Amino acid sequence: MLALSDFLILGAVMFGLSIAGIFINRKNIIILLMAIELMLLAVNMNFIAFSHFLGDTAGQVFVFFILTVAAAEAAIGLAILVVLFRNKRTINVTELDSMKG
Amino acid sequence: MNNMENVYLWTVLAPLIGAIIAGLFGKRVGRAGAHWVTIIGVAVAFVLSAITFKHMVIDGAEVYNASVYTWMVSEGIRFEIGFLIDNLTAMMMVVVTFVSLMVHIYTVGYMHEDPGYQRFFSYISLFTFSMLMLVMANNFLQLFFGWEAVGLVSYLLIGFWYTRDTAIYANLKAFLVNRVGDFGFLLGIAAVLMYFGSLDYATVFGQVEQVDGQTITLFGDNAWSVITVICILLFIGAMGKSAQVPLHVWLPDSMEGPTPISALIHAATMVTAGIFMVARMSPLFEFSETALTVVLVIGAITALFMGFLGLVQNDIKRVVAYSTLSQLGYMTVALGASAYAAGIFHLMTHAFFKALLFLAAGSVIIAMHHEQDMRKMGGLRKYMPITWITSLIGSLALIGTPLFAGFYSKDSIIEAVAHSQIAGSGFAYFAVLTGVFVTALYSFRMYFLVFHGKERMDEHTRSHLHETPPVVTIPLILLAIPSVIIGAIFMGDMIAGDFFREAIFVLPEHDALGEWAADFHGWWAMALHAFVTWPFWLAAAGVFTAWFLYMKRPEIPGRIQARFQWLHTLLDNKYYADRFNEIVFAGGGRQLGQKLWRIGDVKLIDGLAVNGSAALVGWFAGRIRHIQTGYLFHYAFAMIIGVVVLLGLFVFLNQ
Repeated sequence: MLALSDFLILGAVMFGLSIAGIFINRKNIIILLMAIELMLLAVNMNFIAFSHFLGDTAGQVFVFFILTVAAAEAAIGLAILVVLFRNKRTINVTELDSMKG
Repeated sequence: MNNMENVYLWTVLAPLIGAIIAGLFGKRVGRAGAHWVTIIGVAVAFVLSAITFKHMVIDGAEVYNASVYTWMVSEGIRFEIGFLIDNLTAMMMVVVTFVSLMVHIYTVGYMHEDPGYQRFFSYISLFTFSMLMLVMANNFLQLFFGWEAVGLVSYLLIGFWYTRDTAIYANLKAFLVNRVGDFGFLLGIAAVLMYFGSLDYATVFGQVEQVDGQTITLFGDNAWSVITVICILLFIGAMGKSAQVPLHVWLPDSMEGPTPISALIHAATMVTAGIFMVARMSPLFEFSETALTVVLVIGAITALFMGFLGLVQNDIKRVVAYSTLSQLGYMTVALGASAYAAGIFHLMTHAFFKALLFLAAGSVIIAMHHEQDMRKMGGLRKYMPITWITSLIGSLALIGTPLFAGFYSKDSIIEAVAHSQIAGSGFAYFAVLTGVFVTALYSFRMYFLVFHGKERMDEHTRSHLHETPPVVTIPLILLAIPSVIIGAIFMGDMIAGDFFREAIFVLPEHDALGEWAADFHGWWAMALHAFVTWPFWLAAAGVFTAWFLYMKRPEIPGRIQARFQWLHTLLDNKYYADRFNEIVFAGGGRQLGQKLWRIGDVKLIDGLAVNGSAALVGWFAGRIRHIQTGYLFHYAFAMIIGVVVLLGLFVFLNQ
């Protein structure tokens, strides 16, 4: 039988992977978006685990909200990405530094 | 009493209303309207003053001392407008309004071509109002109001012809020098408030004996008597207003203004405000011999040394101006010798004959087409008989010819100084006696140069010479009458009698005037006695010298001048007082200002405070902008670190 801690560890690992994805990735902005999605999924994993073990379905409801938002976010993110690519002809993260002070 | 209160109130308000109408509605009332409304205002004030004079002096009414309006009350100190009407005030009111009325009438003739006609009438009427407020005040605050108001009007009138550079320079100078005096005056009033806890004359004078003996530490550890400090500070104010050395420099330059105001403000009334003030404060000054000595010595220096300057002036108005300075010195000497009554008496007679001399000088100036240089005059006697005779009367009164007004007042002063025991009276006696000779010399030098001798004007001016119109000559005649008789009339009352009653307070041990006046046997006897006294013969010698030098042997003055070139240069440069002020005070002030500007303003405020703080922000921003790399992963990293730190804190702090 899987314990609560197993799920939490899985969530933490997924979260850590996503952070690493954001930091280490210097190339592709799509990977960055994917890492953000993964981060949200890690949070979802925690929600579901707690929901199950505490017997409270509110956690699962939140997961649905988050999934919806994540889908919307992915759609907007990709749309921005397309526009960005049109303007800059690149999606390389190290070259997107126009906010530099 | 209520009836009289209205009289006092309207005496003050009538000229003010005239000034407001002429000043604010000058265009609407027109030139004639402006002079009518102000002349009527001042005439009303004169009539009411005469009623007051009759009420107080002849009927011997009680002193009126009441407040009519409370401006504010602050911590128990009342700031009020009120009137103190006693014989001193009543006399001053009559003198001020009478001379003012004469000057108003005279101005109709003198200024009739001037574009600023209404403005001028508004100013002189405002001056009358201010001066009345000053003399009728029953508290220090109102005194100060009147004091500053007459200063303001004086400033406006010296610069009346504001397109002339010299006039603007002169009025600025008058204003600045008076500020020096006012600084002392204000400090004096503050000291009065501090030690007496009141600004009301009666309250203050009632407490003098309690405050007498208290000391104050100034300049290190020196203990000064409070009364001495107050009196000297107040006298510094009087020095500014009454043009005593070393604050005299503004008065000769004030002659840049039109002649009527030279007569009214800078000779007859305003400049005597300082004399009036000291006489009014006699209950204070009596308790400080140190202050009296200061007053005496300053007055003596002014009386003598300003007289000398009159000898070398060629501008007719400046001669009269230096004579005014010298006569103000006489009045101040009288105050210093505790002969307040003599000082005020001389103030009164001087107001008449000096206004007369100024207006006569103005009459000459009109006839000469605004030429003021006496070297271009001469022989005017037959062209201008009325001006000539009135000038002669004025000059005779000024030098103290027996039976004329100036004789009684000046002799009283000289005798009071001779009997005075106060330190410095020996020097003062010498100064006033020599002053008699000098006065006679410069007065008659002017008289001979203008009215007698060769006609030195050009042909064009000579062909236009004629007597001035009646609006000019009538005031001359009306002023000539009191210049002759007023001394004899009031001599008995003011000097020997008890004219001022409680208005003037003299300690018995200072009462030099009373000592001398005990021998007084009527004005006629005094005039006869004059022939065996020094002042008369000194004056006669002065007149003779003037006649000899300027009529008999007119080549001598030039030779004397060549011989004593250094002396002439010294006098011509007015003892270098102006130069000294220009270099030390004006130059020093300018340098100080430049230093403050360069260091304080440019370096500290602009450099350090304003631009410095901006530069600091810029520098800091320059450092900190390197953090903003524009790379997403750096921001994300910072966010994560932040979250970790916050969580860590949260966890640790909750343990």
